[in-house]
Amino acid sequence: MKDYFLEVAAGVEQMTRSDEVVLSWFAAEESDFLRFNVGAVRQSLAVRQLVWTLSLFHDRRRTEASVTLTGHARADLAALEALLGRLRSGLADVPEEPHFLYEHRVTSSSQETEGSLPELGEVLDAVLSSKGLDLVGAYAGGPIYRGFANTLGARHWRAVPAFNLSWCLYGETPVAMKSSYAGSTWNRGLVEAKMGFAREGLASLNEPPRQLTPGNYRAFLAPEALAEIFAALAWGGFGLESRLSKRSALLRMIEGDASLSRLVTLKENARDGLACAFQREGFVRPDAITLIDAGQLAAPLVSPRSAQEFGVETNGANRDELPEALDLEPGDLAERDAMAALGTGVYVSNLWYLNYSDFSACRLTGLTRFASFWVENGRAVAPLEVTRFDDTAYRFLGENLEALTIERHLIVDDSAYGERSTSSMRAPGALLRAMSFTASARSS
Amino acid sequence: MSNLVDVTMHETLRSTFRSIAPAVEFCSLRYYEESSERLSVRRGTVSPPELTVSCGAMITVVVQGAMGCAASSDLSPAGLSELARKAQHQAELVRGRALVDHRVVSMPRSSGQYASRVARSTRSVSLGAKYGLLREIAAACPIDPRIVDWGASLWTSTATQAYFTADGAEIEQQFHRIMPRLSVTAYADGESQTRTRGGDSRFCRQGGVEVLEAFHAAELGLTTADEALSLLGAPNCPTGEMDLVLMPDQMLIQIHESIGHALELDRILGDERNFAGRSFVTPDMFGSFAFGSPLLNVTHDPSRIDQFASSGWDDEGAPAVREAIISGGILQRALGSAVSRARVPGVPVAATARAPSWNRSPIDRIGNLNLEVGASSFEQLVGSIERGVVMSTNSSWSIDDSRNNFQFGCEWGRVIRDGRLGEIVKNPGYRGRTVPFWRSLSAVGDAATFEVMGAPACGKGEPAARIGCGHASPACKFSGVSVFGGLSS
Repeated sequence: MKDYFLEVAAGVEQMTRSDEVVLSWFAAEESDFLRFNVGAVRQSLAVRQLVWTLSLFHDRRRTEASVTLTGHARADLAALEALLGRLRSGLADVPEEPHFLYEHRVTSSSQETEGSLPELGEVLDAVLSSKGLDLVGAYAGGPIYRGFANTLGARHWRAVPAFNLSWCLYGETPVAMKSSYAGSTWNRGLVEAKMGFAREGLASLNEPPRQLTPGNYRAFLAPEALAEIFAALAWGGFGLESRLSKRSALLRMIEGDASLSRLVTLKENARDGLACAFQREGFVRPDAITLIDAGQLAAPLVSPRSAQEFGVETNGANRDELPEALDLEPGDLAERDAMAALGTGVYVSNLWYLNYSDFSACRLTGLTRFASFWVENGRAVAPLEVTRFDDTAYRFLGENLEALTIERHLIVDDSAYGERSTSSMRAPGALLRAMSFTASARSS
Repeated sequence: MSNLVDVTMHETLRSTFRSIAPAVEFCSLRYYEESSERLSVRRGTVSPPELTVSCGAMITVVVQGAMGCAASSDLSPAGLSELARKAQHQAELVRGRALVDHRVVSMPRSSGQYASRVARSTRSVSLGAKYGLLREIAAACPIDPRIVDWGASLWTSTATQAYFTADGAEIEQQFHRIMPRLSVTAYADGESQTRTRGGDSRFCRQGGVEVLEAFHAAELGLTTADEALSLLGAPNCPTGEMDLVLMPDQMLIQIHESIGHALELDRILGDERNFAGRSFVTPDMFGSFAFGSPLLNVTHDPSRIDQFASSGWDDEGAPAVREAIISGGILQRALGSAVSRARVPGVPVAATARAPSWNRSPIDRIGNLNLEVGASSFEQLVGSIERGVVMSTNSSWSIDDSRNNFQFGCEWGRVIRDGRLGEIVKNPGYRGRTVPFWRSLSAVGDAATFEVMGAPACGKGEPAARIGCGHASPACKFSGVSVFGGLSS
């Protein structure tokens, strides 16, 4: 695929006029998708897709178009030439754009992650080996490619073989054991171990679910639950544009009126994430950007457009100034001691459907999902009825954040809207002195 | 027959498909091409136009009862032949391990054409004129130094789909969609308030430039900015149990999240339990369960020509027909595909197998799901309330994975006291459970309160697929709802 990318990039360079600059962004994948329900295959789908985006810069104007390609360079170059012609013909109608910025330095990189993806038959054998289980889930696997080129000569390439298996086991109740396994090198033994752990966990879900009355409870958020919180905060929370236009959920931190606990240090860690380090305007992200430093807001993510508009340096953020490789620093609580440290309260394995109930106050709401538990004296005594929380991040990640775990989980985004995501977050678990829950699903 | 898909392309696809379709129990090809354009102006400055052209095909086969699908943009004879081979390979891999024996699924075999009704094509308006309109709307917004952010955008799309089965079905459909959006943010004393019109979960339709007239674009900048400023100085919405009037731009999310998703048959059958969630609804409820008050009448209506998800057929080729989903409060039909229907033969189902593009399989989706008009004028809705709130324009939505426990927030609220509209309130929200909430529906607005809207980015499925849905509703009154306001001072 890299040879194809380089051939097409060279072809685009040849069709560009001397007073034009053209940026190319290439996103491709060869994906196998399997869906499971009740321990059987519900759907299977193979997708091969290649999308090429051309950004044409000329005379302080920019216009952009993306098109699906076939993978045959000669035919695809003809399609791109036609597309470039269409962009040129519309350019006169496009108003001048004062904020455009692209990387003028001619840089290059190539990163191809080594890995070993399973044959689909192997996936089916591993997932469906235990008969009689109510298993529901999905597998997505195959190589993902990203490329950047410009007509100044820059070339960046990233290829990663990736799989993401996510599944739930259901027993007698509507509460499930949720598991996931993602990476670039498939290990059947790991799948079986995770499956076995989930199977054993099912027994703990047979007790009648416990309902909470509204109020504040001690809580432990597993890394997967904490990652949901930071995913919600990332909606405009960390970008320069949202900061300066007062459309950030972290408005009170920006104003200096609020902070999070000193335990919270959050980075955009491009070096250790799965996403490519370059972006659509050709800028390369630094290894790490500290977004929150010991509870205080630190550097924002700055896209090239924001950099130009607000007169600062870009740090290679994507256009939406969204993080792609969040990394929350660990604490000093050992995972094995988390239940004892919780004592009596709520163990939240997953959160779901987060949104803001008061944006300016950074007040979030959402629900527990999958196997969350009511814990007494450090022991899980009953699964938790689906329960809604409604609280400000300044409180539960501020004065009420008691500890973070030493161990962290790498949570790979399994979303595939349009294309498979390469975003991820490395998160510890969080022990909270209090979190405000409003009601269980059956009692609100 | 063809005049929607390019004639040469149509003939090539048909003849190639017929020549490469394997001799299996079922084989279909779904070709999908979409060309869209997004223009925006932010704080008076244009963003470059973003054009997207996506084109490809999916071949679906059933081999000894197992279904396999494969999709690609390579539409050459060799490419389609490879696609058929891949689909067969997928089916053979899952044979014997499939949840559904597709030999018992009756796949539709329809033929015909559908096209959105367009009075004036968006392509007839130059790029410069479209930018001019956006600049004009945006220029009316900064009426006060406290207006700190404003932007207007326009998304238009033309999508063409051709569907063939090896045994002769042939459907062509063309969809012209349009979605304008305006957003204004006011800020003072550490607090922001945003007011929007259109966009992510509101004003989106099929049609052409004429749709912008219904959007009242010319007047929007000033009124939207004025409302954002009003919210800055407003008190928080009161908290407590009270009556609630929801305007159509909030009703749409209430319908979408707590009726539409709850009635998708694949959720009811558990397919979505790993991702998008399940449903509290069970197959035995259809035909007898009181989902809401007797005033609740909900219809699946793909025939409403201006609505976002109107079509002639669903993406498996089943005729798209207007059908009652809830009548007089009683649950009548689920929303779903032929495959789901075959799994629970006793459940009546409106055909809504839908895919957003060529690279995702059709699954059970919401189409156009509308709440039928009632008899109350807006004045009567308000006049009947001693203590309550009117809320409009969704800003926050959250619901549990069985579509039961929900909490929604709105941009704009106004107190009702002794049958009269009172002060504006900020950060209005309410929470409840789906069935008790719909059973508390105590009055339904008349045609004057009715608006055609939609949810253009509904997410679901594994692999995830984002698709547009239509929702039309009058204003509605609910009694005894748990209402709350924000924490902001």
